[in-house]
Amino acid sequence: MAISRKSFLTSLGTLAGITSLTSKTSAQGYITSEQRKAHEKMLDPDRIGVLSDLTMCIGCRKCEFACGENNDLPHGQLHDYDDNTVFQNFRRPTDTQYTVVNRYPGMGINGTDLDVKVQCMHCEHPACVSACIVGALEKLPTGPVTYDASKCIGCRYCMVACPFQIPQYEYNNALTPKVMKCGLCFEQSVQKGELPACVSICPREVMVFGKRSELVELAHERIRTNPDRYVDHVYGEHEVGGTSWMYISNVPFSEIDLPQLDADCPAHLTETIQHGVFKGFSGPILLFGLLGLATKLYNKEEE
Amino acid sequence: MSAARSNGVVPYFTRGVWVLVVLAALGLGSAMLRFIFGIGAVTNLDGQYPWGIWIGVDVATGVALAAGGFTSSFIAHIMHRERYHVITRPALLTAMLGYTFVALGVVIDLGRYYWIWHVLMPSMWQGNSALFEVGICVVTYLTVLYIEFIPILTERFRGRVHFPGAWAALNGFTESLLKFLDNTLGRAITFFIIAGVVLSCMHQSSLGTLMVLAPSKLHPLWHTPILPLLFLLSAFAVGLAMVIFESILASRSFKVPYETPILAQYARYIPIMLWIYVFAKVLDMVNRDSYMFLIDGSVESIFFIIEVVVGVFIPIMIFTSRRLRKHTGWLFSGAAAVVFGVVLNRINVFIIGYQPPYATQRYLPSIFEILVTVGFISLLILIYRFFVLNFPIIHELEKKKYA
Repeated sequence: MAISRKSFLTSLGTLAGITSLTSKTSAQGYITSEQRKAHEKMLDPDRIGVLSDLTMCIGCRKCEFACGENNDLPHGQLHDYDDNTVFQNFRRPTDTQYTVVNRYPGMGINGTDLDVKVQCMHCEHPACVSACIVGALEKLPTGPVTYDASKCIGCRYCMVACPFQIPQYEYNNALTPKVMKCGLCFEQSVQKGELPACVSICPREVMVFGKRSELVELAHERIRTNPDRYVDHVYGEHEVGGTSWMYISNVPFSEIDLPQLDADCPAHLTETIQHGVFKGFSGPILLFGLLGLATKLYNKEEE
Repeated sequence: MSAARSNGVVPYFTRGVWVLVVLAALGLGSAMLRFIFGIGAVTNLDGQYPWGIWIGVDVATGVALAAGGFTSSFIAHIMHRERYHVITRPALLTAMLGYTFVALGVVIDLGRYYWIWHVLMPSMWQGNSALFEVGICVVTYLTVLYIEFIPILTERFRGRVHFPGAWAALNGFTESLLKFLDNTLGRAITFFIIAGVVLSCMHQSSLGTLMVLAPSKLHPLWHTPILPLLFLLSAFAVGLAMVIFESILASRSFKVPYETPILAQYARYIPIMLWIYVFAKVLDMVNRDSYMFLIDGSVESIFFIIEVVVGVFIPIMIFTSRRLRKHTGWLFSGAAAVVFGVVLNRINVFIIGYQPPYATQRYLPSIFEILVTVGFISLLILIYRFFVLNFPIIHELEKKKYA
């Protein structure tokens, strides 16, 4: 359900009302040149990311264990994760599991199983961060999208906004529920330069941790050198304006339940509307003035 | 006003009121359960559906239905259509109570309700969030509504303050406070009335911006960049209709003459607003080619068609007819249709049309969610009845009180 830029502009052009928007919308989707510059400035050019090569994964689920251990979530023993019966059900991250691996039998290379680890994608321009009413969610210039429970009021708009349905909520905590999602182990990955827990434990080196810009090149190089092995699509390079976590795979991503998303970034659309109407409070002040004038004009008419 | 108030002309308690008392008690009880056992224990909300009827109905629909406050004050006070003054006070009361209950609905739904004041802290302001804009505007507008209500308080109590017993010492002070408020507000009230209209336009539209942020989750019949505009236009229409709807209900309940001639004139504005609304909606659908989803027979398409036919086209037909407008019954039907249409629209945008990518089932509210929502509406009506019986709100009822 792409909203093309043309239809967006036509809608607005025809329906004068939020007219200031049209002039601010530049050639690149919803993003204005001003916004793009502001964003480029905000994001570190050396920001980190992860490239996950799904053709390498054997579904050992050690990443699930490491994630739980590193984030103080219930995680049991490492050998618990040898249990393959969990693959019978399609699983999603929960409020006690930031990452899960799903198995797609026979869909891998040469009829092997294809295993897909899912977690927060750490969008470049995250909808959850744009949604958050108190700034509890934050996109670090270095890449990770982090959560500060001490600010959160629990409105759950981030969950509504996330196109990947990632943030989960501690609904059963009556007093101090938190939003639960992967933070890319930012304390160690960004602050100490170590690997995120899931990347670190992986015995197959499915995931490569590094500068996002280099990972994009690496992904395309792998596809170029092995065109029979991969579909020519780096998932996350452009989806919703790009993500820090990216995938390459031997099957189209729609077949392994990753949502098909436009390159347009939804956060820029709403932020353009918000700032178009409220920039410098010009909209409200103008309306106030007009109404004040109307009060006077109508007064004269009546007399 | 020397005539003795003949209280008891209309009793507070009737059989219907007792039903509301029971419903309100059940609702408050369910709300208690939520605070003791948590959101997960009493609602059907989960990781797929983070927002249910407490946001979709209590908050989003509540804000829309309370739009009667700013639409009527715009027409009566800014356009100076003096004949409509009789309907501005009930509309103001509805808005004041409506927004108060919107705030309560938010508190119930928030996981960490005790930190709701974070929204007011400049250090945590997040100007990119449409929800932040809604939150700040609702808080400010609620304050403005309370201020706009002060003249009703002063009219009721000025010159009549006599506290019992030892409290009588406060009589003089309270009187002068009322006098001060009356005199000050008399001059400043226009400012607050205009502020109320501006704030309403701001958050009624921003409420629509909320779901624009989830283009891949909201069904294409409803997701559009002009959703804020559509929310604003439908708020205008339902604000007008709601005033008619409740005026007729109140007149009937208190057994006073209907305001039909005034309401019939007021109703003329409704088809204009509905035409503009539906024009914008159709044009946008043609632009986005989303009309193709109308005929796929899905639940969404059926809900959309009901929303537009009942909420827009039927009332346009009723209110455009000069003959039908004169009948209280038709006026009520038309207004009820608009109210139904906007309620359904908000439910469609926030609940029916919300399609998370990994949904395993549809969201249906739990019994406790329904009890809280119904209970809050009942409590609102009970408080409305108390105010109307004890304060100068409904013109015809005042005549009856002092008859």
